[in-house]
Amino acid sequence: MLLIECPWCGPRDEAEFACGGEAHIARPAEPAALSDAEWADYLFMRKNPKGLHRERWCHTLGCRRWFNVERSTITHEITRIYAMGEAAPANENEGEA
Amino acid sequence: MSRYSIFSLIRHARTGHRDWPRAWRSPEPKPAYDVVIVGGGGHGLATAYYLAKEHGIANVAVLEKGWLGGGNTGRNTTVIRSNYLWDSSAALYEKSLQLFEGLSQELNFNVMLSQRGLVGLAHTQHDLREIARRVNAIRLNGIDSELLTPAQIKELVPIINISPTVRYPVIGGSIQRRGGVARHDAVAWGLARGADMRGVDIIENCAVTGIRREGGRVTGLETTRGAIATGKVGIAVAGHSSVLAAMAGFRLPIESHPLQALVSEPIKPIIDTVVMSGTVHVYVSQSDRGELVMGAGIDVFNSYAQRGSLPVIESMLAAAVELFPIFSRLKMMRKWGGIVDVCPDASPIIGLTPVDGLYLNCGWGTGGFKSTPGSGWVFAHTIATGAPHPLNAAFSLERFHSGALIDEHGAAAVAH
Ligand SMILES: Cc1cc2nc3c(=O)[nH]c(=O)nc-3n(C[C@H](O)[C@H](O)[C@H](O)COP(=O)(O)OP(=O)(O)OC[C@H]3O[C@@H](n4cnc5c(N)ncnc54)[C@H](O)[C@@H]3O)c2cc1C
Ligand SMILES: [Zn+2]
Repeated sequence: MLLIECPWCGPRDEAEFACGGEAHIARPAEPAALSDAEWADYLFMRKNPKGLHRERWCHTLGCRRWFNVERSTITHEITRIYAMGEAAPANENEGEA
Repeated sequence: MSRYSIFSLIRHARTGHRDWPRAWRSPEPKPAYDVVIVGGGGHGLATAYYLAKEHGIANVAVLEKGWLGGGNTGRNTTVIRSNYLWDSSAALYEKSLQLFEGLSQELNFNVMLSQRGLVGLAHTQHDLREIARRVNAIRLNGIDSELLTPAQIKELVPIINISPTVRYPVIGGSIQRRGGVARHDAVAWGLARGADMRGVDIIENCAVTGIRREGGRVTGLETTRGAIATGKVGIAVAGHSSVLAAMAGFRLPIESHPLQALVSEPIKPIIDTVVMSGTVHVYVSQSDRGELVMGAGIDVFNSYAQRGSLPVIESMLAAAVELFPIFSRLKMMRKWGGIVDVCPDASPIIGLTPVDGLYLNCGWGTGGFKSTPGSGWVFAHTIATGAPHPLNAAFSLERFHSGALIDEHGAAAVAH
């Protein structure tokens, strides 16, 4: 069970949120210039790390705003909450056990 | 290795069943093998079994980081069926169901297959039309499937509530009568014994930590029990597929999610089919011990923790109690989770990878127990010949480049 700290509403039960999956996947500037493999990489391939995961959450049943979360996929511990559009935090432990 | 029979049972009864031999060896890893399978779940064991049996390749090791069958194979709710929508899925899952139908005889090990029938419920007009479409598609593929009225469902499952006044009334459904359940541990143990008997080394407590490559080819593995040289590696690690792919330098369209299940206290027999509802999100069967076995969909977030959150359990039980009011005072005994490998089109990936000699079997997500023998059968063919069998050709990793996805979300989301 996750207790997620919405930047606007404070700590709330996981059931109030929707998970938007991996964060920081930038849409290619020129999609038509990509090969099929590059397009597939953008569309379907995921990091799916065992360790720290940067992901998007939306407070659907609250303020309905999106934000980024850094969370361990091993312990479920949330280590950082930061705004949409903010760069991924530099962290050596990304994806590490 | 001795065969199990009524005579061996009688013979061992004389000594009080105290000296049954071990069902498989526990060998030290050799420095090299022709083929190494990573992952000692049902799929890895089945692959090794069919490599030895169908292709005469017995210099094979199965490496398991924990204990045999301790992953999703030993955590699943054992539903078996082949009622999938698309032709390629129908052919693959039906092959597996047919192998299951002969598995106890073939393995000389009772996998307790019980073809008690599997009912899917419709609660909305949309459900009803979709179920009718599926029943037709399934029958066109020569697989058994029938539509049911609420009255027919009530006759099959007397404890179900078909009142039209509940929030999501039961307004119809379908049944695959050849569907049912089997004993998950027995499938793993029977395949392990069969593979071991043919010379396969099953090595537990041995985690793969690196994949050695030279010039785009696999040359061996690094493990917690030393390096092993081999020219062919088959990966069947379910929730850890992305971790293994990363060791070999490529990415997968897979995300790992918890999938939970629970069992009630044991009670007298009250339900003798499997009932599932993809709309209210619950499915139920009763085990031979009398426990009700229930499950639903995945937890929404990525995880490798083999546990999920309570809201999934709460909503699954709310749905169960509305469908079966008689469950309302039952005690739930245990809940647990496994980490499932979810693919964007809810279909598996079985085939080649960007690395020569490295083969991949993953993406079974919430529904790969039923496909254990079929998956091993086609994967063994793929590894032995270096090319997919016609049954798994469509399930390539390449389909995410070509766009030829096999969308089975309707057959494989809540329904496992
Ligand atoms: C709660 C739940 C209910 C389910 N219900 C159903 C159902 O009703 N019907 C159905 O058809 N399917 C169901 N499934 C799905 C099914 O269990 C799986 O698809 C199937 O068992 C996968 O088998 P496998 O052999 O590929 O994986 P697993 O049994 O998970 O085996 C993979 C093995 O790889 C090992 N491994 C991982 N990393 C390494 C490494 N680095 N080195 C060595 N070994 C490694 C793991 O320890 C594990 O034992 C359910 C799953 C869950 C979790
Ligand atoms: Zn909020």
